[in-house]
Amino acid sequence: MAEATEFKAIGTRPVRPDGVDKVTGRAQFGADLNLPNMLYGKVLRSPHAHARIRRIDLDAARAMPGVHAVVSGADFPGAQHGEIGGEGGGDVADVAKNVMARDKVLYHGHPLAAVAATSQAIAEAALAAIEVEYEVLTPVLDLEAAMAPDAVLVNENCFTKNLPEPAEKPSNIASVMTLARGNVDEGFELADVIVEGEYRIPMAHQGYIEPHACTATVNESGQATVWTCTQGHFALRTQTANILDMSVADLKFIASEIGGGFGGKTVVYLEPVAVMLSTQARRPVKMVMSREEVFRASGPAAGSCAKIRVGAKKDGTITAATAWLAYEAGAFEGAPMGPGAMCVFAPYDLENFRVEGFDVLVNKPKVAAYRAPGAPQSMHAMESALDDLARELNMDPIDLRLKNAVAEGSQAAYGPKFPAIGFRECLEAAKAHPNYQKPVPEGAGRGVAAGFWFNAGMESSAEVHINEDGTVQIIEGSPDIGGSRASMALMAAETLGVPYEKIRVLVGDTEASGFNNVTGGSRTTFATGMAVIQACEDIIAQCKDRAAKTWGVDADQVEWEDGQAIPAPGVNAELKPLTLAEIMKTAARTGGPILGRAALNARGPGAGFSVNFGDLKVDRETGKVDVLSFTAIQDAGKAIHPAYVEGQMQGGAVQGLGWALNEEYIFDGNGVLENPGFLDYRIPVASDMPMIDTQIIEVPNPSHPFGVRGVGETPIVAPLAVAANAVRDAIGRRVHDLPLSPPNVLAAIEEG
Amino acid sequence: MSKVHVTTRVNGDPVEFLCTPEQTLVDVLRDTLDRTGTKEGCSTGDCGACSVLLNGRLVCACLVLAVESEGAEVTTIEGIATEEGLHPIQEKFLEHAALQCGICTPGFIVATKALLDKHPEPDEETIRYWLAGNLCRCTGYDKIIRAVQDAATTLAHEA
Repeated sequence: MAEATEFKAIGTRPVRPDGVDKVTGRAQFGADLNLPNMLYGKVLRSPHAHARIRRIDLDAARAMPGVHAVVSGADFPGAQHGEIGGEGGGDVADVAKNVMARDKVLYHGHPLAAVAATSQAIAEAALAAIEVEYEVLTPVLDLEAAMAPDAVLVNENCFTKNLPEPAEKPSNIASVMTLARGNVDEGFELADVIVEGEYRIPMAHQGYIEPHACTATVNESGQATVWTCTQGHFALRTQTANILDMSVADLKFIASEIGGGFGGKTVVYLEPVAVMLSTQARRPVKMVMSREEVFRASGPAAGSCAKIRVGAKKDGTITAATAWLAYEAGAFEGAPMGPGAMCVFAPYDLENFRVEGFDVLVNKPKVAAYRAPGAPQSMHAMESALDDLARELNMDPIDLRLKNAVAEGSQAAYGPKFPAIGFRECLEAAKAHPNYQKPVPEGAGRGVAAGFWFNAGMESSAEVHINEDGTVQIIEGSPDIGGSRASMALMAAETLGVPYEKIRVLVGDTEASGFNNVTGGSRTTFATGMAVIQACEDIIAQCKDRAAKTWGVDADQVEWEDGQAIPAPGVNAELKPLTLAEIMKTAARTGGPILGRAALNARGPGAGFSVNFGDLKVDRETGKVDVLSFTAIQDAGKAIHPAYVEGQMQGGAVQGLGWALNEEYIFDGNGVLENPGFLDYRIPVASDMPMIDTQIIEVPNPSHPFGVRGVGETPIVAPLAVAANAVRDAIGRRVHDLPLSPPNVLAAIEEG
Repeated sequence: MSKVHVTTRVNGDPVEFLCTPEQTLVDVLRDTLDRTGTKEGCSTGDCGACSVLLNGRLVCACLVLAVESEGAEVTTIEGIATEEGLHPIQEKFLEHAALQCGICTPGFIVATKALLDKHPEPDEETIRYWLAGNLCRCTGYDKIIRAVQDAATTLAHEA
């Protein structure tokens, strides 16, 4: 544990290693690769939200000049059942059907055929030539309709999992879960005040600016190379191998630079299709989604309904809480009900609680992970209820949270005992923050809320090579979505005692790097960083050994300090320190090249807590809400590169505010998304937002050598309730549902 | 459809290409001329990832037909750095960590160039409105605005 250590590299803010290429246009993203002899792949998508495919005729498309491959569901083998892994929930067999529909199409935009042609225009003409006969079915479009006893079924073979007794008939409820402790009835008996509410949040999109894109090329021996923008090329390789019934060894995945993901690029959409088309055509195939396709058929976050009830004594002590949480999974099971249920009460030390979760099928796109999947929806409800409770009790909302906050040793609502955590520190910092001391501006309201995410560990691998001049090459396999090359280089610089500038970081392809799970769950700086640190420690051990050989002493008579081997105290003081460069000069004689490595399944990711507050102004004539100021406070454990930690906090805050204030999937009565573009699905722009003030709290994670906690996901959680609570403060009424868009807020003002 | 011959300049270099009449400038830049620094995020002019300068004016290359570049001067992200090195805007984006994934960065830098060419000393509101056509999903804009402010100050000192 490095709590008291003075760091040299860690905590500094150098330019990221990949920075120059990203400000000059050199960096290659998903759609930037063109190969000789390449074809363009395009997908035929369902015009119906729910329909049976009666007949599909590909002959006319196949016969068109310039068309070299045409595939539909029948060309794909059935995938084996298995967990998707990484960050998202669900079954790979479902992902296979999401990639290419078989007998039924389950949402508007569901792929059911694909072509590869010599130009995009010919590919589009070929799609138009595919004849499909549908039997149109009634779509299931909201949670109420889906959960009704006589509901139309999205999937006739879906039997609810985790019921006390096996389900007898199929249902749209794919699975249920319960978390409970104590006796909630007795707890509510003890309460002086009880608040309750029902909160709805529509589906929202991750909104990464780079559409999904990949290029695949398969040679005559069946070996495929896939270049793709992804948060996890290893995970996508596994999924593709399963879906296409291929050997993993025949699939090489190269991660391009990635233009945002937020959880949405952890699962395959195009890749298996491109491999299949390239296999048929025996030419490279490039596929790029349009923005409309991205909205209609990739990733949204689950829509939700949360019912919360919280009881407390006059002094603010919570005596009982219940949560009923239903999430829209889209067309296939796998909504983030589990993490949502596990997060909802996580910040609070509760004796009596009960959480029920429901994973519900609807005829909408299959949801994907979105930054702290499930937590924004459930914690928006809980943090709104706590705001109501603080009002009822006439308590400061931070004091109410301090009264109930978990601390080291508390039994988390989701199971384990917390080691050192920084929730109370965040609350106290918020209370003392100058922005919190300031009066709320005229016409505005102030909202406060907490955020939480478990953070993740999982599998990572890293190699460290010492170049012949003593410079350092790191090879790992975690796509760099927001500066992780910089954090890897900083941790290596700190461990080895080598200047940051002498270190290079490669995100290796699946043939160059050991296995790395997805860049997701806020795991990369923690877990891949841990692998890099261990690989550097491996280097140090070897370098001490080489120095010992050079000096003719035992290895335990050598120490490592500031990037040099030095003789241990009491050993021949005449020996001059050996730098990495000097060790490498004689490396051929002392044992050859020096290569360190580590592969691990990182444990103890260290829970991430935040407290956010903001002042939001409501225009009482139009219902428009403006963010005047916003302060994000979060425990990072140890900020490796503080600027990129702040960036996560600021970016998450604005994403959360976008979801709270404006973003929503709007479907018509037939299940057709009405706003599949950035004009109508409006994410925050620069003129919508103020500066986002940040304060990093550092309560070191005892499971990481430098105390790191993941920081990527927690920031999106609190802003939803901050906005809701601020609007409640400003207009004197609670708007339970999101978004707090002008029509919704105006309706609440007018009702009042 | 027969192709049209277009003569233009891209980042100062004379360039000729053939395109169909409906082809957009972003398609030609990326796929015909291999200038993939200009990104495409929406194809509808809503995200600004394809921001380029056409005769010094900031445009979305996805909303400009390639044939409209006939006789024009096109400046893309590849033309922002000079022979002396990075442009101060690029340096300040790096120093301020004003990028996370980097997909929007070329568009922001080109848009910032257009802004500072016209308003060398913009206030925060002017910067936010000038850059409102460029979407960034990662940073929450804070560090981008600060980088632009710092770049403006640096350029003002150099002038």
